[in-house]
Amino acid sequence: MMAFVRQVLVIMAKDLRAELRTKEAINASLSFALVVLLLFSFAFDPSEETTREISGGLLWIVFAFAGTLLLNRSFARELNNDCLDALISAPISGAALFLGKALANYVLVLAVELIALPLFGVFYNVRWTSQFWQLMMVIALATWGMTVTGTMFSALTVNIRLREVMLPILNFPILIPALLGAMQLTSALVAGKPIAADNDAWLKMLIGFDVMYTAVSVFLVETVLVGG
Amino acid sequence: MRDKILYIIGAVALILLARDMYLITGFPAEANQGAIFKIIFFHVPMAITALTCAMVAFVASILFLITKNFQYDALAVAVTEVGLAFLAGNLITGSIWGRVAWGIWWAWDARLTSALVCWLLYAGYLMLRNAIEEPTQRATFAAVFSIFAFIDVPIVIFSIKWWRTQHPQPVFWGGGSFPPDWSAVFGWQMLAILLVGVVFTAVRLRQEQFQREIDSLRRMAHAL
Repeated sequence: MMAFVRQVLVIMAKDLRAELRTKEAINASLSFALVVLLLFSFAFDPSEETTREISGGLLWIVFAFAGTLLLNRSFARELNNDCLDALISAPISGAALFLGKALANYVLVLAVELIALPLFGVFYNVRWTSQFWQLMMVIALATWGMTVTGTMFSALTVNIRLREVMLPILNFPILIPALLGAMQLTSALVAGKPIAADNDAWLKMLIGFDVMYTAVSVFLVETVLVGG
Repeated sequence: MRDKILYIIGAVALILLARDMYLITGFPAEANQGAIFKIIFFHVPMAITALTCAMVAFVASILFLITKNFQYDALAVAVTEVGLAFLAGNLITGSIWGRVAWGIWWAWDARLTSALVCWLLYAGYLMLRNAIEEPTQRATFAAVFSIFAFIDVPIVIFSIKWWRTQHPQPVFWGGGSFPPDWSAVFGWQMLAILLVGVVFTAVRLRQEQFQREIDSLRRMAHAL
């Protein structure tokens, strides 16, 4: 068990180090988030009231788009010099490789989100911090759901034609329940309403989504890596 | 032998469909909605057939991953394509009904939305298959995605239901039940459309097998 945790952490540290040295994916993702945030200001009248009402949808569309750019690179990065084959033949389980990569992606996607969120507050003149910790919890849960399926599909699509296009086509429909829940909760929290009896079902659904897809991914990832 | 069975099932489905159509046109128009209500005889069986297809695809995908037998992969793709066609039929008939009953082609009602999401999910499955050349890899990856998609179906349906119950509900069937002779025809119609699905799947399955045979012959020719 300890060995497994260490392997996961080694893979995660390797991915983070590789990304932080080049910063290619995270820079692209951040600037893309910024562009989408800017584009939304043309789509509607950015007064505080309207922005608050659609803040959940707006933020999660930004997060999902920006996250996809990061997730696309996760396995694609290993194609040079056949690193992926080396990783697969390394003496670690597919599950450790998957979880390490998923955690590294998680850190990167969260980082982009946590930069984009205050930018959103500044640009759209919205005070979003009144339910800060609950909002952080929702972001943490929904981002994990997005990362775990995204990392899995990143592995599925790494060797195929149209890789960059396929990942969002596969990932977004699967993510719809998680994104829907996150959007509902985020809009309420940004408006200053804490999670209460009328919307805590979304929270449970997010947790269920995370647990279920983490389990299925860990269970099936070996098949995907070897089958590829 | 297999051909004969297929022809028989197809003939039974056609006869049933013809008989049901005859009976359905003979029914009086429904009190509130008029004749358009009868579209339910196609709309609902198509949805149930599509759901059955998704279930079969899920089981076939698991069996493929366990046995690595390509028959199951062929079954999974055949049944997914047929299911998508039926779900499209369900969406289109629903849309036609909505145009007459609601005055609009589309409403973001819970059932419409979840049907559309499921359609997109399984369309992704076919796109993924198209993008992969190597047969073993294609079958494995597609099976994994099919499992992911099937797990998502109940989550999609429930989450969209919660989402919509927080909003005013559009007028839907509004309770009510079938008279007994309608129910009987509905049951036969259900069977007829399910049988059409079986025939489509069998035909598509055979296509897939031929395709595999052609591919392997081509590979052999290349090797020579």
